[in-house]
Amino acid sequence: MNILLIEQTLNGFQFGLMLFLLAAGLTLVFGIMDMINLAHGSLYMVGAFLTAAVTQASGSYTLGVLSALVGTSIFGMLLEVSLLRRLYRRDHLSQVLATFALILICNEGVRMIWGASPIKLNAPEALSRPIELVPGLFYPAHRLLIIVVGIVVAIGLYILVAKTRVGMWVRAGASNREMATAMGVNIQWLFTFVFGFGAVLCALAGAMLSPLMAVQVGMGESILILAFVVVVIGGIGSIRGAFVGALLIGTVDTLSRTLIPTLLGQFLSPSTTSALGPALASIIIYVLMAAVLFWKPQGLFPARG
Amino acid sequence: MTTLTSTIMRSTLHHRARPELTIVVLVMLLALPWAATASDHAFYTTFATRILIFALAATSLNLVLGFGGMVAFGHAGFLGIGAYTVGILMDKGFSSAWLSWPAATLISGAIACLIGLVSLRTKGVYFIMITLSFAQMLYFISISLTQFGGDDGMSLPGRSIIQFGPDLASDDRFFYVVLGLCVAVIFFLHRLINGRFGRVLQSIRENETRMSSIGYPVFRYKLVAFTISGALAGLAGALIANQNGFISPSLMLWTQSGSLMIMIILGGVGYLYGGVLGSVVFLLLEEGLSNVTIHWQLPLGLILLCVVLFAPTGLVGLFRDPRRHD
Repeated sequence: MNILLIEQTLNGFQFGLMLFLLAAGLTLVFGIMDMINLAHGSLYMVGAFLTAAVTQASGSYTLGVLSALVGTSIFGMLLEVSLLRRLYRRDHLSQVLATFALILICNEGVRMIWGASPIKLNAPEALSRPIELVPGLFYPAHRLLIIVVGIVVAIGLYILVAKTRVGMWVRAGASNREMATAMGVNIQWLFTFVFGFGAVLCALAGAMLSPLMAVQVGMGESILILAFVVVVIGGIGSIRGAFVGALLIGTVDTLSRTLIPTLLGQFLSPSTTSALGPALASIIIYVLMAAVLFWKPQGLFPARG
Repeated sequence: MTTLTSTIMRSTLHHRARPELTIVVLVMLLALPWAATASDHAFYTTFATRILIFALAATSLNLVLGFGGMVAFGHAGFLGIGAYTVGILMDKGFSSAWLSWPAATLISGAIACLIGLVSLRTKGVYFIMITLSFAQMLYFISISLTQFGGDDGMSLPGRSIIQFGPDLASDDRFFYVVLGLCVAVIFFLHRLINGRFGRVLQSIRENETRMSSIGYPVFRYKLVAFTISGALAGLAGALIANQNGFISPSLMLWTQSGSLMIMIILGGVGYLYGGVLGSVVFLLLEEGLSNVTIHWQLPLGLILLCVVLFAPTGLVGLFRDPRRHD
């Protein structure tokens, strides 16, 4: 039981870190440009498909990941320059409609290029063996790699946002856009950069997760909502909030999937448990978000002062 | 007196029913089942029924979103409550529409009231997210109802039974019942929006702070609008269950809430017929394009993008009453 618990905690941690990669870009776009981007999940899907396609064609997972990062960031910046830029000054509803349209276009585009059936990608040879962390606990090497990559990116992001000039502009933009413009920050360039950067993070999450799950059309929509939950819990525009929120959601979601059925099993019949358990586990994160919004309507770490 | 009336008619808060246009459309709709049967395309009647049901659902959302300015992103949840109420009652042996349809409406309304009590404390994006999260909870609850199909959804043995009324097993008669309900709901909303309540609601949308400082109980007005809207969506859900003979949890997915929202934005946010026009155009596009190509989502997406870029007030805005100055 203890081994299982540690393993599930690690899984939750890993899931949370990947959620963080998605939420970080989303929260910046949301916070700085005041833009609801439903198509953020599509960038994640494009990243995963590029990884899968290039890996299968070349046989090298590393090459697959790299081309996903480059390809998705170019795709993201093209989107920003050609279309999304026109939407910043529009109301949230227009943004919802436009990015919903983008989801349809991306999904269909991917389906036309790579087909409707899911792609199953195997983890590269070197990462497919489990590693014994403590005696008795074997953990897949690929998942460990995801955790390491996630932590490295989180630290890198922290340094970028908190210690560099670009990061200062980003923070200034998130806390007061008009003031930042007045102080001479080139907002247009900054927006394109932030969007491309968000796309890279999405692609990284898609690339790292692609060997663990079926790469398929529509994979962006299910995770998008979770990323939005993270953004709102953490406070819109706050990277630190996104980090805390993502780890919270990741671990709570993963752990409750293991713990709730076990707990319920002590009081209820097995059939009721198997029906109720997964549903309750899925509901918990939304209860968590509703509770956070009820008591802290601005999220845990509000970015706007 | 006449000048006063004409001033009111010209107010941006007044929404004309456009009787000439409405009557023409209604006559055409009344003749539709006959024409469809005569030309051997009975499918059109079923399709028109579907459009009308979604028009009803979208119009109910337009009350909060368009007239109340509350961007509720969880309306599919109320559709689901309505549908499941009908389904569960039928499963327990209560097939009467006189019982199950009002029950669907009342239960959705009651749950909307509870959800509103919590969510209306938040504003803006946070309101969008909290309504979404409640809809997701309802979705996962519906999946956990294994005795009523769970993940696979539940099939209904037949349509609801209207005692002393038309037999709904006929698609044509079901169409007329749906049409009647649709007209009744739109008439009710027309009265509501142009009455005192609607004026206050629209004023709250324009300036909430001012309305509350004048002394209007802003929260209560918003809550009542949210409740009515949820109740009407529940009615639409009851009709969907009857139309399909099948209730799937996917009815409550967030993409479904998204589609309803898209219909309104497409048709016209805060226009009386915005929801109707949006649902007609959206479903026609979906149906028409999917007949032409299996990749119909691509052109649909492109068309929606064009609407955002070139028709910012929705399609109603393209040929709106020139006397309106908004």
